[in-house]
Amino acid sequence: MAFPVLSVIVFTPAVAAIILLMIPAQRKTEARAVALAAATFALLLSLWVYIQYLTQHMTGYQFVEQYGWLPALGISLHFGVDGMSAPLVLLTGVVMFTGVLISWGEFDEKSHRSAGIQDRPREFFAFLFILASGVFGVFASLDLFMLFFFYEIAVFPMYLLIVIWGWIQTREYAAMKLTLYLFIGSVVALVGVLAMYWTAGQSTGVYSFDMLQLEKAGFSASFQNLWFLPVFFGFAVLGGIWPFHNWSPDGHVAAPTAVSMFHAGVLMKLGAFAALRVGIMLLPEGAQHWSWLIMLCAAVAVVYGAFIAFVQTDLKYMIGFSSVSHMGLVMLGLSTLNQNGLTGAGVQMFSHGIMTALFFAVTGMIYDRSHTRQIPELGGMNKVMPFAAIGFIIGGLVSMGMPGFSGFVAEFPIFLGVWQSQWLVAVIASISIIVTAAYIMINIRKVFFGNMPEKLQGHMTDITVLDKVAITTLCLLMIGMGLFPSLIVPMVQTGVTHILHLLGVA
Amino acid sequence: MDFLNSHLLSLILFIPAVAAVVMFFLPKDEVKLLRWFAFVASLIPFALSVYLWIQFKPDAAGFQFQEQYAWYAAIGSSLHLGVDGLSLTMVLLTTLLTPLALLASFSVSDRVKPYLMLFLFLETGMLGVFMAVDLLIFFVFWEIGLVPMYFLINQWGSANRNYASLKFMIYTMGGSLGLLLGIQLLGALFGTFDLATIIAKWTSAQGSLLGFPIATVKDVVFWGFVIAFAVKVPIWPFHTWLPDAHTEAPTAGSMLLAGVLLKLGAYGFLRLVLPLYPEQAKAYAPALALLATAAIVFGAFASFAQKDFKRLVAYSSVNHMGFVVLGIAAAAMASGTADARIAMNGAILQMFNHGLSAAGMFFLVGVIYERTHTRNLDEFGGLFPLVPIYGGILIFTSMASLGLPGLNGFVSEFLVVRGSYPLLTPYTAISMLGLLFTGAYILKGISKVLHGPMNEHWAHGEHKLTEINTREIIVMAPLMTLILIIGIWPAWILDVINKAVMHLF
Amino acid sequence: MFTSVAFLSILPETLILILGVILLIVEPFLKEERRRNLGWLTAGGLLVILVVSILVGRPGDPTMTFGNTIRFDWLGFFFGMLFIFGASITALFLMDHEKVGQRGEVYILLLASTIGMSLMASAADLIMLYLAIETTSIPLYVLAGFMLSDDRSTESGFKYLLFGAMTSAVMLYGFSLLYGFTGTTNLYALADAFKAGQIAAPVIFGVIILLIVGLSFKVSIVPFHFWAPDVYEGAPTPVSGFLSTASKAAGFAVIARLFLVVFRDFTIDWMSAFAVLSAVTMTVGNLLALPQKNLKRMLAYSSIAHAGYAMIGIVAVSKLGVASVVFYMAAYIVTNLAAFGVVVAVGRVVGSDDYDAYKGLSRRSPILGLIMLAAFLSLAGMPPFAGFVAKVFVFAAAVQAGFVWLVVVGILNSIVGVYYYLNVMKYVYLYRMEDEDEDKHPIALTRPYAIALIVLVLGVILLGTVFAPWFSYSNAAALNLF
Repeated sequence: MAFPVLSVIVFTPAVAAIILLMIPAQRKTEARAVALAAATFALLLSLWVYIQYLTQHMTGYQFVEQYGWLPALGISLHFGVDGMSAPLVLLTGVVMFTGVLISWGEFDEKSHRSAGIQDRPREFFAFLFILASGVFGVFASLDLFMLFFFYEIAVFPMYLLIVIWGWIQTREYAAMKLTLYLFIGSVVALVGVLAMYWTAGQSTGVYSFDMLQLEKAGFSASFQNLWFLPVFFGFAVLGGIWPFHNWSPDGHVAAPTAVSMFHAGVLMKLGAFAALRVGIMLLPEGAQHWSWLIMLCAAVAVVYGAFIAFVQTDLKYMIGFSSVSHMGLVMLGLSTLNQNGLTGAGVQMFSHGIMTALFFAVTGMIYDRSHTRQIPELGGMNKVMPFAAIGFIIGGLVSMGMPGFSGFVAEFPIFLGVWQSQWLVAVIASISIIVTAAYIMINIRKVFFGNMPEKLQGHMTDITVLDKVAITTLCLLMIGMGLFPSLIVPMVQTGVTHILHLLGVA
Repeated sequence: MDFLNSHLLSLILFIPAVAAVVMFFLPKDEVKLLRWFAFVASLIPFALSVYLWIQFKPDAAGFQFQEQYAWYAAIGSSLHLGVDGLSLTMVLLTTLLTPLALLASFSVSDRVKPYLMLFLFLETGMLGVFMAVDLLIFFVFWEIGLVPMYFLINQWGSANRNYASLKFMIYTMGGSLGLLLGIQLLGALFGTFDLATIIAKWTSAQGSLLGFPIATVKDVVFWGFVIAFAVKVPIWPFHTWLPDAHTEAPTAGSMLLAGVLLKLGAYGFLRLVLPLYPEQAKAYAPALALLATAAIVFGAFASFAQKDFKRLVAYSSVNHMGFVVLGIAAAAMASGTADARIAMNGAILQMFNHGLSAAGMFFLVGVIYERTHTRNLDEFGGLFPLVPIYGGILIFTSMASLGLPGLNGFVSEFLVVRGSYPLLTPYTAISMLGLLFTGAYILKGISKVLHGPMNEHWAHGEHKLTEINTREIIVMAPLMTLILIIGIWPAWILDVINKAVMHLF
Repeated sequence: MFTSVAFLSILPETLILILGVILLIVEPFLKEERRRNLGWLTAGGLLVILVVSILVGRPGDPTMTFGNTIRFDWLGFFFGMLFIFGASITALFLMDHEKVGQRGEVYILLLASTIGMSLMASAADLIMLYLAIETTSIPLYVLAGFMLSDDRSTESGFKYLLFGAMTSAVMLYGFSLLYGFTGTTNLYALADAFKAGQIAAPVIFGVIILLIVGLSFKVSIVPFHFWAPDVYEGAPTPVSGFLSTASKAAGFAVIARLFLVVFRDFTIDWMSAFAVLSAVTMTVGNLLALPQKNLKRMLAYSSIAHAGYAMIGIVAVSKLGVASVVFYMAAYIVTNLAAFGVVVAVGRVVGSDDYDAYKGLSRRSPILGLIMLAAFLSLAGMPPFAGFVAKVFVFAAAVQAGFVWLVVVGILNSIVGVYYYLNVMKYVYLYRMEDEDEDKHPIALTRPYAIALIVLVLGVILLGTVFAPWFSYSNAAALNLF
């Protein structure tokens, strides 16, 4: 029997969380060590899965495992990855790993300071890992009930993580807003999911939540047109689709660094991915019927997000709105329902995930030392933390879609796909490229170059070795994927081929 | 040897980037090591491109030394490199100017390592555009060249650098959007980005794209390209980014900016616009000529009015590039005729020549600036006795810029005028008036610096001017040599250019 | 009449009775301060009864025993086991409750009530049903008002008694009408009579209303919920826990059997009536829980809301509907007992049930914080806890039956629920005590509490993850009604 690698990946964080909760509260270092070990393990496994899929030129669903869970209702624990989800599994592993590194929080003797998480790291990592298990589960799930199960698991830890360890000023408000928004979105989708289950059962005689079965269910056009919107938008709320994006910037700002990394880097991809898997793949005619609406909302998100990011004075808010804009690009790619757009969306989910994790990581490094995120109050960071500055600059270049980095590899096919669908939207959306370049370059200069304000002088120290490892990992991925698109694009394409097949196009 | 021949272009292209990566790991305090390493590393591509020049067969049509590697197969793009006579000239210019720029940068002591690394990355970016036979690769390297230049201006520039660098970036990116748009449309239309394939299939393409007929799509692409290249050249009135960027950039940055980056725009016209759109080019040629004339004349007037030496040289670039554009316009007017070919030859040679003389002029401004810390012409005066060698070199280079017969500038400008006159008479006539003013501002510049009453401030004490040193002379030497050779015996390069022009048009 | 099947059908009740007698005998021999050990005896004894019943007393095909007054089937059996489990846990919680835990009568009353509940779930005859209901309720009235020195407890007991008695009377009147018009008290015979169309519609309508009154009281459905907050708040907390879980589940068992057997094929759309009641109950319960600052009161309103959720399953008159209600009850029992258990544990040390008393709980006792987290998230309907699965099943049943609007109401209410449950968790995890010296004020768990809470939390997680076996029991129970 093959090694059940996907189950191990999904459940390792949960098991680690339980182990963590059994460690005595005072033993903070042990807790951190356990967390790092678990994260490394999960990362290595997800990397192995990715490399296997890539080098063996696999197609379709691989590493499939199926265990009957509640056969009476057709629920099974069914795991598998395809070309779209394998990069996302890797992404989660990477963000989890780097998140743990960033949150290390040991007291540094030299500088008498500590960044990261000092208060109750045990609980912090435990909740973070429950979140991670949920996320892995969604990406790997081929059973609709279990997908939803894991999706919901990813909601409540966010509340706790933000409310307890977040920014004092807005954490309670932001945490509740985020949780309620996400919960609302997911339960709206739930109704659609249940409707699909019953209708499929009635027409085929087989009552099953298995997504591979549901792909063949053959829902009527009117059913699909009715239920596509609640399902897609319900999940897409987590993806930050306009006009339901409002939870995201506040959530980003209030959250502690590793949580922001997870939130923007992975969680938002969860929403887009679920919208794709459940909305587009299971209700393809509905998708085609409503694609214009998604495209419209996505285009608004892309442009609006960029403009709002431009006027922000808080560094984290700027990055938060930038995420809204870049996720808008993902949605835009999805809405084209053609080969290029879908491929680009798949790559963008990975690329933006890495990029925004890097942004938040560096922002956290700055904030932990300066205790301000207001751009006018920052400056000259390059002199004290040059490594972080380079990392942030690379992230900025990815954000602008500069060729040579993964952002270009993602954005180019998206635009190509939009051209093939609605040229006017492509023209409008491309405005965001310039605006993005502008706010990125301006803010990089203001924060990292120039003179450091007097208040901060003497308080800023360089980043730790663990921070540097995290930044290096993230940068290597962005540059690697940018210079060698063949590391990711062919894989995503196999997934896209299947989607096109379901859409009746290929 | 075989490996060398079959991978010559990728070696030339990637060695600078590889060198930059290696530099990353060198200690940042070993300044001498860093400088020499970068300089020597940049000599390798130069040596290879000389070898390339020798091995190149001007009589053969099409691209030579082609290499193609799979890159982004999903959307039909591959790393496809190749050179013909046109691009070879530009490659040679780039690989020549970069080592000189690096040598010129030996006097920079602030954060030497990133400074040098950026130059090497910039070189790869520029070379990539000239060597690209795949539109997406063309775009990739076009964009890649932007970033190092932004940082060079922003971090090592002079007082107004923030404004200038941002303006440079935004303007050029804005222009690049047109390029991106055009390339995307072409990719969507032909299913591939390979330039050779697209050229082959150009006229036979049928059908429609997103409901628009092919002709409309092609028109949109035309304008996209035109806008992008117009900003880069720059064609008046899209030139306003240039004076600030050139002035605020560090010396070596200005050398490459004026020497090579501007040529990217003109190259784009010659490689993409003219071959693919002969009718539209012909239709809009008078307009283009008008703009070229405006650049020549206004550029000259603006130059004349400057008090800042560097800004004067910057506007002179507008002026000189105007001739390139005039030549292109003429070639577009009457493609295939002898006059057109002459004008085209002149335009391409002017690109090369301006590269040499502009780099030289900016360097010389830098030399005096390092010693006096001012670029204000009024603060100089009568410096010739103090720095005679420098003065001689400055006069020589300025004469090249002015178009003195016997030096390279004359040859190219003559060819352009000779070729355009029959085709675009009024414009050419006015341009020649502009030439007059070119002479005026050059002479003004020289005279303000070198002649007239000596400004005692620089004669004694701590401000005493030191003569141009050996390193700086070595920077200027190759430029001056080439300026002279091309002025007297241009055949070695004109032959290659001419044959390329004959094949292309 | 004393065939082995008949004996097996009341095996649990018999054993509980024996246990009660044992308690009565043992009690006088124990000194005052050792009387709390009766709790161990009760809990342990109930556990033994549970194991024995499962091993020996499982039902086969449904059979009527004791003169067709008791139906020995999975529905009754499963619920019976749930009640025994709940009572065992409650016994553990009662043990260290001041004043209450050391009185032996508490345990005996608990057992008596449990017998009544078990009979309620198995009753197939109106008279037996009424007897069972009263057997359940009267001990509970006493238990509610057990703390004589506390005015609120007395008030609670009294209020419960009055409400209970009144609604029981109304229900009895309905029973009598049923007998009057059909001449039989057996539920299944009544079903036949209705199918044959023997009684006029308005009469049926009236009877249904009367029955709804009585049963709604038992399960605290709006508008018969008014007693619940005051009673829960005033009664000793373990008793509140028992009331809110086992007693409610018993009520649901009766509703299921009564309405889905007797009135099922009926033309009057009682389902829609229940649907409306369910919607109103959920809404009222959730909305009123929002402004609460006392945890017991909030849990009371939360319990009311949960009754509304469970009712959704009844409304979907289907196999899945009943199975989902049964599963919901199982999930709800473990969850709510855990929630109340936490309140017991904290209240014992802190002496107050207000939200403010819970500040910094996660630091004072991390394990208690986590248990509370699990319980409240389960109440909110979050995975991987039991409440999530229960809600999804209930919603699924409703969608299948076409009551999508009800599901939407349920969802909206769940959102409100998430808000106030998480709000409480904020006190536990975020807010701190006045002096931030939680280390000096730990909250210790006594052994019975620890055991009970651990078992419950494991149950909450187990039902939320490995739910297949529990669902199949629920399904078996449902099948018995169809």
